[in-house]
Amino acid sequence: MHGYANPTRFLSLASWLTPLLLGAGALLTVAALVWGLIYVSPDRLMGETVRILFIHVPSAWLGMGGWTGIAIASTALLIWKHPLAAIAARGIAVPGMVFTAICLATGSIWGRPTWGTWWVWDGRLTSMLVLLFLYAGYIALAQASARDGGSSKLPAIFGLVGAINIPIINRSVVWWNSLHQPPSLTAGKSAIDGEFLVPLLIAVLGFSLLFGGAVLMRMRALIAEMQAEARLRRRALDDEAPMAAAPAGGA
Amino acid sequence: MSEPKPAMKAKHQRLVLVAIALAAIVAAGLFAAYALRNQANYFYLPEQMSANPPATGQPVRLGGMVQTGSLERQADGITVAFVVTGSEAATVPVRYSGILPDLFVEGSGVVAEGSLQADGTFLATNLLAKHDENYVPRELEGLHGEEAAQQAAETVSYGN
Repeated sequence: MHGYANPTRFLSLASWLTPLLLGAGALLTVAALVWGLIYVSPDRLMGETVRILFIHVPSAWLGMGGWTGIAIASTALLIWKHPLAAIAARGIAVPGMVFTAICLATGSIWGRPTWGTWWVWDGRLTSMLVLLFLYAGYIALAQASARDGGSSKLPAIFGLVGAINIPIINRSVVWWNSLHQPPSLTAGKSAIDGEFLVPLLIAVLGFSLLFGGAVLMRMRALIAEMQAEARLRRRALDDEAPMAAAPAGGA
Repeated sequence: MSEPKPAMKAKHQRLVLVAIALAAIVAAGLFAAYALRNQANYFYLPEQMSANPPATGQPVRLGGMVQTGSLERQADGITVAFVVTGSEAATVPVRYSGILPDLFVEGSGVVAEGSLQADGTFLATNLLAKHDENYVPRELEGLHGEEAAQQAAETVSYGN
């Protein structure tokens, strides 16, 4: 596992894994969405709005899974100090925030016909909104410390502390009375009928592969950016060197 | 040779520190959640409301199941009266004037915003339908117990 923490080895792995993940993810996502949005029959209570499930649930899973990934990468960075862990955490942040936003938006659209309201401040909705703000804070902090050449320790600590929100989101509908329904999928049990469950699980897999592909793309872009910056800095130093060598030049 | 390699030692030190920090964060989160457990409820259940009734006229939310057979439409056409039940025997009668949410049916979940009146009825100013965790297609509704079938039959007759 440590072998792939080497940036060169990572780049050669990512160069063939990225198109593979994106291709397989796109294929599965399109199949699941066509199945879920067109062929699945309406729910007995919700009717056609049940179709939002096939976008909402995978997005919620990736929003929370994304932060879990940031927390794992942050732990690895703090203990083993490997720069690739910092790049991985930064690569996850933007796709994670996008899926959290999609989860909130689709949930709101589902809530209007189902509950009769766009938004309520119950435990689940509020903790998910907090996750969106945590992502925004993380992205700003990681970008600022990367640009100013600061330590990547600070965003890593933020990533770890923010992880406490993940079990809170997960348990919010169990601990507190909330408008959002309790979990439909628990270990080995499903309150979702098979007709909805199969396309839903395919959608979760497809979205996850797309997410993985997007994270690898972001990581490659971040590495390329850092290499370009290092090269520019070296060139600037080379240009400056003769001047610095000249004695008592113009100050 | 008795001294361990310095690099290993620093790495292990960080591992221990991060583990302690993680344990502290989890403990802090659990304490916060424990302290919030009653304050972060979105609504009161009927048994909570009868055990510890809010002041008359104080705005609160009541959540539970609409008791089957309790829904009555008043003569004015927009006022409905029904009974909300919880997991225990406690019930609270509710009155509401206004547009009902599409998913509001007997035997289904509801959250009522309003206040408790002096006579013990709950006067709702807004109703929200609460969906449960079950997702069942219309064709297969009969396979999921009599209750689901009955509920579905009502819904279909409302919908179509």
